[in-house]
Amino acid sequence: MTLSTTSNFADPDAAYRLVVEAHRGLSDEDSAALDTALVLILANHIGDAEVLREAIALAKRQLVVTGGKMDSTRDAK
Amino acid sequence: MPVPRITQFGYRRHPDQDRTAADAARHPVVVVGAGPVGLTLAIDLAQRGHPVVVLDDADRIGEGSRAICFSKRSLELWDRLGVGERMVEKGVVWKVGKIFLKDDLLYQFDLLPEDGHKMPAFINLQQYYAEAFLVDRIGELPQVDLRWRNKVIGLEQRNDHVVLTIETPDGRYHLKAGYVVACDGARSALRGFVGAEFSGEVFEDQFLIADVKMTAEFPTERWFWFDPPFHAGQSALLHRQPDDVWRIDLQLGPDADPAVERLPQNVRPRIERMLGHGKFDFEWISIYKFQCRRMQRFVHERVIFAGDSAHQVSPFGARGANSGLEDAENVAWKLSMILRGAAPTVLLDSYDIERSAAADENIRASTRSTDFIAPHSQQERRMRQMVLRLAKETEFAKRMVNGGRLSTPSVYDSPLSTPDNDTWLAGPRPGAQMIDAPLMSATGEPVHLTDVRKAFDGFVLLQVMNGANTDISACQSIRIGDAAPLRDPSGLFAKRYDASEGAAYLLRPDGYVAARFRMPTDAGVKAAIARASAMTETSGATP
Repeated sequence: MTLSTTSNFADPDAAYRLVVEAHRGLSDEDSAALDTALVLILANHIGDAEVLREAIALAKRQLVVTGGKMDSTRDAK
Repeated sequence: MPVPRITQFGYRRHPDQDRTAADAARHPVVVVGAGPVGLTLAIDLAQRGHPVVVLDDADRIGEGSRAICFSKRSLELWDRLGVGERMVEKGVVWKVGKIFLKDDLLYQFDLLPEDGHKMPAFINLQQYYAEAFLVDRIGELPQVDLRWRNKVIGLEQRNDHVVLTIETPDGRYHLKAGYVVACDGARSALRGFVGAEFSGEVFEDQFLIADVKMTAEFPTERWFWFDPPFHAGQSALLHRQPDDVWRIDLQLGPDADPAVERLPQNVRPRIERMLGHGKFDFEWISIYKFQCRRMQRFVHERVIFAGDSAHQVSPFGARGANSGLEDAENVAWKLSMILRGAAPTVLLDSYDIERSAAADENIRASTRSTDFIAPHSQQERRMRQMVLRLAKETEFAKRMVNGGRLSTPSVYDSPLSTPDNDTWLAGPRPGAQMIDAPLMSATGEPVHLTDVRKAFDGFVLLQVMNGANTDISACQSIRIGDAAPLRDPSGLFAKRYDASEGAAYLLRPDGYVAARFRMPTDAGVKAAIARASAMTETSGATP
């Protein structure tokens, strides 16, 4: 099995919203912890190390775009 | 700053104003507010044969462009009311939207990829044109009595009518109304008079909205940017209107000072950076904070709320004016049936049910878009930025990029609908709006289905001939088939309606499907009409 990057949700906005709402009211540290937990839970659900490897590679490529550093404050205020 | 097109109307004293409070004139329907929703409702009621009084506290239209995007659904409604073609002719037709991240095109969408529809997916038209055309149409309808500078300052509900107190340049007078429809906008005074709350979410980010006049080479498309080079870290929207006017919408963030930001000398450099030149004039500048909120109930005894008075959304998605027009169309036929004694007053419950659900859907879509455009926290911003980044190489993230999901008509889970008993592979289900299709008359003239339908005021049965039961007397029919008055040479009608021989769709007076049958019977159609008129127990029940 290979990593699927086509849209799998019938309502992608609802899926995005679900994650956003899960983070509402959390501190930055708690948000990071939630994300970490989510990664482990979803990785286990997928249960395929090859798919996980591909997902990691795709995610890492997003970091390379900004020179290896996630720049999240760029658009603040 | 040049003033946009303003149409001035005169106040005229009405004989009703000479009557005492005890002897106040009584009218079956009074519409409060002469905006797009109130004017549209008045025309619809008048075309259904009812006299309507429209009251408005101002005496002119044309304060800024405000709403600019009118949907196919709104245009189909206006077409039935005799103003759709004029709107399309003056408007700018568009169907393609593009979303950019910085300078890169992330994706584009086409809102009406198929042929055979009379009306386009969207037009852009300044609200002042739409209102002026509606007022012109009202001039042709003697049943509508439009009174400018008539401000409602009091409202009292009685057993079988409402008493309105109205202030005019000649002083106060009173009117009795069988029903009042409050189309008096987001700051509705009538909402206060019935003591209703208007609650929801206020978004902290501020947006600058400017209409600028210029000649430009941009295509007629909706362009939305995340983090554009000319407005770093924020979002921007560019949209064309008639007369070389362009709508520009710039996100300013939560900390901007609106009094400072709205000054032309501060707006000008921002827009110059966007356009790369200064050859433009301002038509309108305003600073907004968006709100998504609604009334809990849209019907308060004999006072019915429609449009922004009942629900308010952010502008991303063109769901404000368009949903208000859907309200008007929904309430018009129901009030008409009640006034004619053809349906019980409980039919109005379905207005509340159907349009409340639509308002919730619009608020949900609008809230999601606004949250995506203006994230609330660091974490939300990180996630939004990552979706934008991933969208360059993955389809799933593209689908999550949300620069506004554009208005489509709601599908009602309505007590007025008769659930399907047969199997259908396509076609509008009960509670969904009819779909247009190209047809041909028996004499070979091309005609659209929506054009044919608009000749019918009441329920109408859309029947596929060749095997159909022609003994149906419950309502009038539109018959389509090889030997029928209407033909389907392209086969698009058959395809869009999964139309086997003999199949039939029962359309409500607002063009929504009430029921459908593979092989209708007179009794079945009668029962569906009764249900859609709240003449049976199920359809009147509140959920």
